[in-house]
Amino acid sequence: MPDPLALLANAAGKLTRLGLQLSGRGGTALPGLVALTIDPDFIAAVASSLAHGVVLVSGTNGKTTTTRMLSDIVRATGWGPIHNRSGSNLERGIAGALLTENDWRGQLRGDIGMFEVDEASLPRVLGRISPRVVLVTNLFRDQLDRYFEVDQLARRIGDAVAKLDPRVTLVLNADDPIVAWLGQRHGGPVVYFGVDDPAVGGLVPQAISDATRCPRCRQPLRYERVVLAHEGDWSCPSCGLARPERDVSATRVVLTSLSSEIQLRTAVASAFDPVRVPIAGLYNAYNALAALAVARALDIALPTAALAIANFRPAFGRLEQVAVDGRELRLILVKNPAGFNAAIGALLEMGGRPRLLAALNDRDADGRDVSWIWDADFETLAPAVEHAVVTGIRSRDLANRLKYAGIARDRIEVVDQWGSAIDRALGGAAPGGEVVVLATYTAMLALRGELARRGHVANFWED
Amino acid sequence: MDLRIAHLYPDLMSVYGDRGNVLALAQRARWRDIAVEVRAFTAGTAFDADWPDLWFFGGGQDQGQDIVGADLAGPNGDAVRASLANGAAALTICGGYQLLGHEYLPENAPAIPGLGVLDVRTRAGSLRFVGNLVAETPDGVLVGFENHSGRTYLGPNAKPLGTVVVGNGNNGEDKTEGAVQGKIVGTYSHGSCLPKNPWLADRLLAWALERRHGPQKLIPLDDREEKAASEQAAEVAKARA
Repeated sequence: MPDPLALLANAAGKLTRLGLQLSGRGGTALPGLVALTIDPDFIAAVASSLAHGVVLVSGTNGKTTTTRMLSDIVRATGWGPIHNRSGSNLERGIAGALLTENDWRGQLRGDIGMFEVDEASLPRVLGRISPRVVLVTNLFRDQLDRYFEVDQLARRIGDAVAKLDPRVTLVLNADDPIVAWLGQRHGGPVVYFGVDDPAVGGLVPQAISDATRCPRCRQPLRYERVVLAHEGDWSCPSCGLARPERDVSATRVVLTSLSSEIQLRTAVASAFDPVRVPIAGLYNAYNALAALAVARALDIALPTAALAIANFRPAFGRLEQVAVDGRELRLILVKNPAGFNAAIGALLEMGGRPRLLAALNDRDADGRDVSWIWDADFETLAPAVEHAVVTGIRSRDLANRLKYAGIARDRIEVVDQWGSAIDRALGGAAPGGEVVVLATYTAMLALRGELARRGHVANFWED
Repeated sequence: MDLRIAHLYPDLMSVYGDRGNVLALAQRARWRDIAVEVRAFTAGTAFDADWPDLWFFGGGQDQGQDIVGADLAGPNGDAVRASLANGAAALTICGGYQLLGHEYLPENAPAIPGLGVLDVRTRAGSLRFVGNLVAETPDGVLVGFENHSGRTYLGPNAKPLGTVVVGNGNNGEDKTEGAVQGKIVGTYSHGSCLPKNPWLADRLLAWALERRHGPQKLIPLDDREEKAASEQAAEVAKARA
């Protein structure tokens, strides 16, 4: 890093980080913000020295899990990933990750950047740095107070894609019409992935959709098969636009209560052992497929990638299990209707009658508008729910949502403090039983913080 | 007794949890042993003006609003107008609210005509109003979340639904929020609106039932959860205002 401004930004950011550590505080946002304030091109300046380039992972859902899978994959191939681990995926989070992994002279300890980028920040980040691969997982409605509408977001990302260097490889979800359309705007190579198992379709009826119209001619789309929300086998009867050919395709997906197996058909290998994905839910099989497609774009051998995925450990609040007082807490981060529906689809596939601890906050990172809970399909979950403890800044909105979904009053309990809510939820569960925690981002942080205080989990920034 | 709800363009005009309003209307009717049928009215299919007791018209993305605007400019717009003239009730939110007015005036483009059944006009604003919204009305507090750049101004035939306490409401200038004209209600309140504002839900239900079943006195419901949600949301809104 020869640039004096970047060196100064580096030093200031590292000092900030050191100061925070000395005062016993975690988190990665502030040091990155300091570095970016001094040098807005800090990320590009530092990342240019990465031998294997930069991979950007964006989209509404699946960023954190997919990025973690990818980090494991590149590590298995002998590279050193630099990764914004804590789901801190704004520009400052990326800058923070770089500050953690380089020395005072700006020399990096890794050789490939593996960054998840908030989809609203993606157009700006694409204009700032030159990545090797860009993955877009899916685009759903999410925190409309921050991202605004899906169409508008897709247009902004498309405009940024149109300006990309043709040497950049795009990796796109063929099953998502909004995402697949981005491929038409890129002058370079595109790797498409998708699910081609005719037996796959979620248990959750798709009550909402953001992609009812063709991204090219705006006439209604037709779906032969829906996998999740608006992901599926789509085509436009009017203009003929259709799901692009999949370069990485799952011809068979077998879901079990704790994992899944995907049978791959790729253009390079006609047959392959099923890839084992040790984390439940169809949406996590999708995440694995996305990671495998990026591995292909990076020319990493499929057996290496498949083995790394088989040994994968889930991230903060992504179906993570925590043992507390002889009971299991299963933590599920929820933040938008599509993610919620996918998570409860996985939950219902596991069977049983879940006891819930549901927590709704409305801080910036959660989305200040809680309207999304009415787009989430609580009606499908309601008949299975044994009991629900409800907490958070907007607990009453959530309790009211459960009431309208048809859960009887005597099965819903509103509890105000995080610790009390955990106690009530655990107290209701039989020894050896499970409590499913559904929480928005800052509510999950608060609940995790309380569990950490009790010595059950590590603080998330130690992850 | 039965109730017919028409959900206008649910595929295009249903962002920000607008679906929750239909869920709330349907549940509050069912809890009173009133049978409910909800039908989707979509662009390009001929509307039956005789069928609906109540129209729900939510907010949409820009793309959706173009298609919807074109559909309403044809016979389907006439059907909605006829239905409203014959005693159907309507709840319209955000984009739907704007499209029921006389016109929407974009920044640098000709005016887009609306249905003209609400005496309001909307013009594009530069700053988007995004945040909690609390208004006082003669029948109770209206609590929700607004997210719009349109500025709506009321004519003499439309009465404001409420007076803004937190947020911007119709235009950020005159403290009015929403509009009521006959049995038509327009508002910028998402949230979803009706689950937290049960008084408004019940008023719409009574108006809707009246069309085919005569004047109705609705059985009161136990609204503890609704009121708790409204109070907590208003507290959060005021604390952050």
